[in-house]
Amino acid sequence: MQQANPSQPTRVIARHPGAHLAWIGKGFLLLLAVLAIIVLVRSFFDNPQLFIQIVISGLQLGFVYALIALGYTMVYGIVRLINFAHGDVFMVGAFVSYFAVSYFNLHLWPTVVFPGIPVGVAVVIGSITVILLSMIVCAMMAAVIERVAYRPLRTAPRITALITAIGVSFFLEYFGALNFVFTARFIPYQRPFSVVTWYIKDGIHLVVAGQAAPIGSITFSNIAIIIMVASILMQVALQFLVRRTKTGKAMRATAFDKQTAQLMGINADQVISITFAIGAALAGMGGVLYAIAYPSINTLMGILPGLKAFVAAVLGGIGSIPGAFVGALIMGQAESLTAGYISTPMRDAIAFSILIIVLLVRPTGIFGEPEGEKA
Amino acid sequence: MLLEVENLNVYYGAIHALQGISFHVAEGEIVTLIGANGAGKSTTLRTISGLLRSRGGSIRFRDQEIGTVTPEQIVRLGISQVPEGRKIFAPLTVQENLEMGAYTRRDPSEIQATMQRVFASFPRLKERMNQLGGTLSGGEQQMLAMGRGLMSRPSLLLLDEPSMGLSPILTEEIFRIIREINSQGTSILLVEQNALMALSVAHRAYVLETGNIVVHGTAREVSENPQVKNAYLGIAS
Repeated sequence: MQQANPSQPTRVIARHPGAHLAWIGKGFLLLLAVLAIIVLVRSFFDNPQLFIQIVISGLQLGFVYALIALGYTMVYGIVRLINFAHGDVFMVGAFVSYFAVSYFNLHLWPTVVFPGIPVGVAVVIGSITVILLSMIVCAMMAAVIERVAYRPLRTAPRITALITAIGVSFFLEYFGALNFVFTARFIPYQRPFSVVTWYIKDGIHLVVAGQAAPIGSITFSNIAIIIMVASILMQVALQFLVRRTKTGKAMRATAFDKQTAQLMGINADQVISITFAIGAALAGMGGVLYAIAYPSINTLMGILPGLKAFVAAVLGGIGSIPGAFVGALIMGQAESLTAGYISTPMRDAIAFSILIIVLLVRPTGIFGEPEGEKA
Repeated sequence: MLLEVENLNVYYGAIHALQGISFHVAEGEIVTLIGANGAGKSTTLRTISGLLRSRGGSIRFRDQEIGTVTPEQIVRLGISQVPEGRKIFAPLTVQENLEMGAYTRRDPSEIQATMQRVFASFPRLKERMNQLGGTLSGGEQQMLAMGRGLMSRPSLLLLDEPSMGLSPILTEEIFRIIREINSQGTSILLVEQNALMALSVAHRAYVLETGNIVVHGTAREVSENPQVKNAYLGIAS
C-alpha cells in the first residue's frame, strides 16, 4: 500500500486534461466568427443604408459605454477592484441632470443671467453646465464611497472589497428607489436641448419636425454627434492627464507599486481618491448623455449599461485605458448589429456571451498583458 | 544629531523583528547596518521611512519625532529610501521615474538642475532617458533607483542592499558613487549583506543579529572584531 507523504508532494507533469477540448472550443469560436462576418458582409451588400444606420446607433451606444468603461478600468488598474457600484454612479449622473433640468431649469440659466444672449449659445452653455454639475456630484459621491466603503478594506482580501462593491451597488439602487429619493418609477426625462435629425440622401438635409425621413435614407441626430464628440474629447483629455501631468504619472506609479510610490512622497490614498473621482465624473457624463439619448430614467437603469461597460473593459484588457475605449466600441457594434439583424432581446445575450468567450479564450483582453510577478 | 533611533521595537504579527535597537547617524556620515538575511536590516529602514510602524521606542530626525509621521511626509522632511530590489516603476520611462522621485518638489527649474546632477553621476541614465524603466538591466535599474532617491534632495539617503544581484564590477561602481554622493553632503544609512564592501565605505557600522545590535563601532573597529571577521568577512580568527 502506498502512503501519501506530505513532505514530498508528487509533481504532476501530465498535460491539462481539457487541453484538446480548449482547441475544439477555439476552432468552434473561429467558425462562429467567420460565419458572423459572412452574414455581416452579405447584409451590408443587401441593404447598405440599413447597415450604416445600425452602425451609427452602435457607435452612439459604444461611445456611452466607453465613458463608463474608463472608470472601471482606471479603478481596477489602481486598486485591483471591480467597482460594481460604477453603473449606479452612472444612474445618479442621469438623475442629477434630471433634477437640474426639470426642477431647477439649470439649463436656462444663461438666458436668465444674460437676457440678450443668442439662443444657440445659451443652449450650449446651459447643457454643458448641466453635464458639469452631474460630473461634479458623481465625482464627490465616488470619493465618499471610496472613503467610507473601500478604504477601510484596502488591506483586506480582494473578495471582501468586491462583495462590498456589490453591496454599495444595491444600496444606491434601492435607496434611490425610495419614494422620497428618486422613486422606483420610470421617469420621462426632459432634455436640456431639443433633438435635431438630419438625413443623408443626395446630400445632408434636415428632417422637418413631425415628418418622417424619406425611405432609403440614413438618419442621424445631434445627440449621436454630441455623444461621439464628448466621448472622444474625454478620452483625449484622460490620455493627456495620465501621460503628461504630475498627477497622472503619480496614478501610474501608484497603480504599479503603491508602497514605492509612497516612498516618493506620493499620497497614495489621495491618488486613489482622485482616480475614483475621475472615473465617476466620466460615468456621470455618460449618464446624462445616455438619458438624453434614451429619455426614460429609473434607479435600475445603470445595471445593464454598467455590466456591458464592464464587459467592454474586460474585452479591451482591464487596466488599459485605450483597451476600454476599443472594447466599448466593439460592444456597441455587437449589440446594435444583434438588435438589428437578429432580435432586440438577443443583444444582452450576445453582450454576455462576449464576456464568457473573452474569459475563455483570452482572459487578459485585447490590450492586456499577462500579469507578471507583480500582482 | 541627524537621525537618532532609540530602543526601537517592531513586530510582524507575533514575530518580534526588532528587539529594542538603538543607533544614530550624524550629519555627513555613512553608517552601515550589516547582518545576515532576516536579521532585521530592511525592517529597520522600512520603519524609519514610515512603511512599518514601531511598537515602542523612538525615531527622531533632526530632533523631531517621526515614528507616527506618514511615509509621504517623511520624504518631505528629507529622508529618501532606495528600496530593496530597486522597485523601479517599470511602465514609466527613466525620466518619469526620476520625476516621481522629485514628486514633493515644486520648482521645475530646480528639479531640472537636480536631474542634470543625477545624470552627471549616472551618465547611462541620460542615454536611456526615454526608455521604459522595466527594460533596463539590473545595474541600470540600481542606478535609476539611486538617482530617483536623490531627486528629492534628501539630507539622509537610506540604501537597502544596493549591491544585490550585481556583478563585482558594478558593485564597485555603485560603491564609488555612494562615496561620491556622501562627499557632496548627503548622509547615508546603508544596509548590506556584502559586509566587506559596506565596511570599506562606511564611517561607522552596526551589526544586527536576529533583531539585536550585537557589535558597533567605527568601520575599522567593527572589521577588526574577531566575531565579525569570522561570521561576516569570511576570515578565520
